[in-house]
Amino acid sequence: MASAEVALKHTHVEKKKKVSERYWQGSGEEKKDEAPGESHVPGDQPAPLGSQTNQQTSASEKKKKYKAEGRHGKKAITRKPDPFPGSAPVPEEKRLKFRRKMKIDQVPRHLFKLRRVVASSQAESEITEKESARHDQLLLQEDAGFLEGDEDEDTCTISQEDIVDAVDITAGAKYFNLDLSQFGPYRLDYSKTGRQLLLGGRRGHVACLDWQTKQLLCEINVMETVNDVKWLHSEAMYAVAQKKWLYIYDSNGIELHCIRKFNDVLRMQYLPYHFLLATASATGFLQYLDVSVGKEVAAVGTKAGRLDVMCQNPQNAIIHLGHSNGTVTLWSPNQKEALVKMLCHQGGVRSVAVDKTGTYMVTSGMDKKLKVFDLRSFKPFQSYFLPAGASSLALSHRGLLSAATGDIVQVYRDVWSTPVKKPYMAHKVHGAVWGLHFCPYEDVLGVGHGEGFTSMLVPGAGEPNFDGLDSNPYRSAKQRQEWEVKALLEKIQPDLISLDPGKLSQMDYATFKQKHQDKVNALGYDPLARDKFKPRMRKKGRSSTGGVIRRKNQVAHEDKREIIITTLKEKAESAKERKKNDNGQTSAVQRSALDRFKKRAAP
Amino acid sequence: MKVKVLSRNPDDYVRETKYDIQRVPRNYDPTLNPFEVPREYTRAMNATKLERVLAKPFLASLDGHRDAVNCMAKHSTSLSTLLSGACDGEVKVWNLTKHNCVRTIQAHEGFVRGMVVRFCGTSFYSIGDDKTIKQWNMEAPGYGVEEEPINTILGKTVFTGLDHHQKNGTFATCGQTVDIWDEQRSTPIRSFSWGVESFSSVRFNPVETELLASCASDRSIVLYDMRESMPLKKVIMTMRSNTLSWNPMEAFYFTCANEDYNLYTYDMRYLEEPVAVHVDHVSAVLDVDYSPTGREFVSASFDKSIRIFPKENRNSREVYHTKRMQHVVCVKWSADNKYVMSGSDEMNIRLWKANAAEKLGVLSHREKLAANYNQKLKEKFQHHPKVKRIARHRHLPKHIYTEAKEHTVMREARRRKERNVRKHSKPGAVPMLSERVKHVVAVVK
Repeated sequence: MASAEVALKHTHVEKKKKVSERYWQGSGEEKKDEAPGESHVPGDQPAPLGSQTNQQTSASEKKKKYKAEGRHGKKAITRKPDPFPGSAPVPEEKRLKFRRKMKIDQVPRHLFKLRRVVASSQAESEITEKESARHDQLLLQEDAGFLEGDEDEDTCTISQEDIVDAVDITAGAKYFNLDLSQFGPYRLDYSKTGRQLLLGGRRGHVACLDWQTKQLLCEINVMETVNDVKWLHSEAMYAVAQKKWLYIYDSNGIELHCIRKFNDVLRMQYLPYHFLLATASATGFLQYLDVSVGKEVAAVGTKAGRLDVMCQNPQNAIIHLGHSNGTVTLWSPNQKEALVKMLCHQGGVRSVAVDKTGTYMVTSGMDKKLKVFDLRSFKPFQSYFLPAGASSLALSHRGLLSAATGDIVQVYRDVWSTPVKKPYMAHKVHGAVWGLHFCPYEDVLGVGHGEGFTSMLVPGAGEPNFDGLDSNPYRSAKQRQEWEVKALLEKIQPDLISLDPGKLSQMDYATFKQKHQDKVNALGYDPLARDKFKPRMRKKGRSSTGGVIRRKNQVAHEDKREIIITTLKEKAESAKERKKNDNGQTSAVQRSALDRFKKRAAP
Repeated sequence: MKVKVLSRNPDDYVRETKYDIQRVPRNYDPTLNPFEVPREYTRAMNATKLERVLAKPFLASLDGHRDAVNCMAKHSTSLSTLLSGACDGEVKVWNLTKHNCVRTIQAHEGFVRGMVVRFCGTSFYSIGDDKTIKQWNMEAPGYGVEEEPINTILGKTVFTGLDHHQKNGTFATCGQTVDIWDEQRSTPIRSFSWGVESFSSVRFNPVETELLASCASDRSIVLYDMRESMPLKKVIMTMRSNTLSWNPMEAFYFTCANEDYNLYTYDMRYLEEPVAVHVDHVSAVLDVDYSPTGREFVSASFDKSIRIFPKENRNSREVYHTKRMQHVVCVKWSADNKYVMSGSDEMNIRLWKANAAEKLGVLSHREKLAANYNQKLKEKFQHHPKVKRIARHRHLPKHIYTEAKEHTVMREARRRKERNVRKHSKPGAVPMLSERVKHVVAVVK
């Protein structure tokens, strides 16, 4: 590059060899090239061609900047104009993450009041979108973890010990084993903030501990089979599904409740925003317990036998159940039937997991397959064959999938976007894996197995930046209390659980149409009907006949144009569809000459 | 091998000393804050319920008059001063912060018909059934000195309404004619009349200060320009208007309180059709006053209630009543947009909050933020049936409740009949008239 040469020639003049990169330089490469050409082209030297054009552009740019400066009306004391007026630009793809919905189409002109409201609300949402993106860009403190091997080194061959050696002490201390061979195998659960760990041994051992400080909060033996354990809304209470009933203990191990309405519970899920504990029992019942008032909200007989595969969709609080006939069913407390039934596997479903964004579901079955489904269209995305089959699955905040095959825990990365060949990480534990959980906001995977518990490091698993108002691992007791009150106040009612939680903010067209029809019937005319446009007469002869007609036509043309645009769009779409169908047809069956006499279906 | 494992330094997340405020790092990622809409909906529901719980609009009752309160006047410069005139000719000056009467004047014989404070706030005018206009000093006379008006004008006929110019020393009265007076003279400088009639109220336009409007007993509202010798135009309605009030912000709009239980907002440029009809009262509307922001107005009615309407809405957003309040004759909206004063037949003046659930007094920053946020949420979810039901619910006295019901039945019957007539007549013979057009008889220029 010509300009780069110029810059090289004059390196001895410059004192600073490398100017540290700023955010405004990061985006465009051309700007970097411009910078030296702009400042250091000496007058006596014949400037290379490339740099001359650069000079011109830079001059115009300067002018532009100066103009912008003048508009803002700010001038520094040094009389040097601020070269970067205004705030830093936010790239579009970063804003996309915060976009709530697509833009509303132009509101028709006669609804001018609505038009104003829509415009102002859209402007507001744009501002929030921009501000959140800017916050994301500048103010998030932590970066996510990662693990990269050297050339021709597989990351899955790197052992936990190697990782512990490579990282700092506090992070290294997060890899540990608990040898609990007496009462295993263990189920486990992390609290919502990720600070507390709850362990439930099959033979009755229940313990909760602050796993980072390794401080034991309580340890009891319930002298019964323990099927599952779950934290409730805070670290003060947890539920234990025992042999017969469901029990609730507090963090000191004191039994608070024995709920006899919930019997033979095998699996539990806690819905944190609804304060609901969903339980799946051996008798085929899916029951919901409101833990804030202690009442059973709904009991659904699934008629699908023993339910021991369960997970929740964190985005819409729908419960996914896996069955022995290979189906996965989706449930809400408001319906007695399943919302969706999907046939996922041949043979029984062994485990189900849904990712944080609620778009992907990962299932594993007795047919030793691991499948990824798209929950928007309920269609399979990827299908993998695991020779040993995965007994339990877990998904992390950042989308890492851990699958337990016998006594080996494998972690996969990007299972939905690209077909994965190799695991990201693998680790062998001492007994058959029984419970698997990623710790929220940490790069840690908790594994409960026959010989106790293993906490292993999985770099890149946890969301690095938590939201302090939602779940703060570092919150004080006071903050926790305040959070609890706030959370209880905005407890979502169970009847709002549906497949699309955003539905509530959308227009209910069916009801609206019905209501409107009723109104029209009652009134005898349509109150929303558009009046025929009547041009206003202007005063003092300024309203000529031609003018009136022109104004009339203007409005008429506008209406017509709208109609034309929509019909064109529809036509183009239908043509596309037809083309698609035609292609399919020609490839499948050759068009015969007699086809032209066939009666054509309406387009 | 390159590896990084999340390892946070607690110092970045925990406050240094207990005297600091807690650190709350935020991440606005939508997937970390799921159920955005249902949670907002729940908050909106809570805010709406809380608003209804906290709706305690009644602040104080000012008693002391010995006869029904007939008119009131806001002080033009002092927020805490209110003047009221009673049917026995007594005028009282009230201190609203202390809820007491600071001065009593026996101003007229018979009714005090109207009162207005001069724009400078140093004196006020009153008119009465004794055919006099009296100007009073706002300052109370010294101890032992008798209350005497600064100026007294003896008119020929009874005056029924009074208003003062916004900027200079002229004022207008109405009675059998609308008269414009100079403060220095004892005879009107101009007199308007349009046919034989009597007027019930006259009001100056607050922006185009030379314009004024009056309500006449021949069911018309007449507009005048003070600089001209003839009235500008008038609109005749099906029933008589009692008073009117100009919108102080969009001063081409005015709202009149009509005998047919409705209020009508007109654009003074297009009198052919009112901009809005405000229904809900179940008896004649006696007085109306705009809020200083011009977005809402309050109306007083013979049905023993006062209502607050948003300026473009058909229905009221609020209704105030008490067991003891009788026919409300006059109503005023305070100049700081926070209070509403009503004077009624049973000799009391009542002080209400303009926003029933508003917290009075100094608010902390966070209180203000919370209030604004709640307001926005209520606005966002106002059309949801459950929220709407709670927000709309008001307790009504039995007579208003039953009468309102009766009115809906009557309205429905009328509509049904019209529909039937239309059904059985030639298409187009019975035109579809909107509610707004029905009440205007004619516009005369």
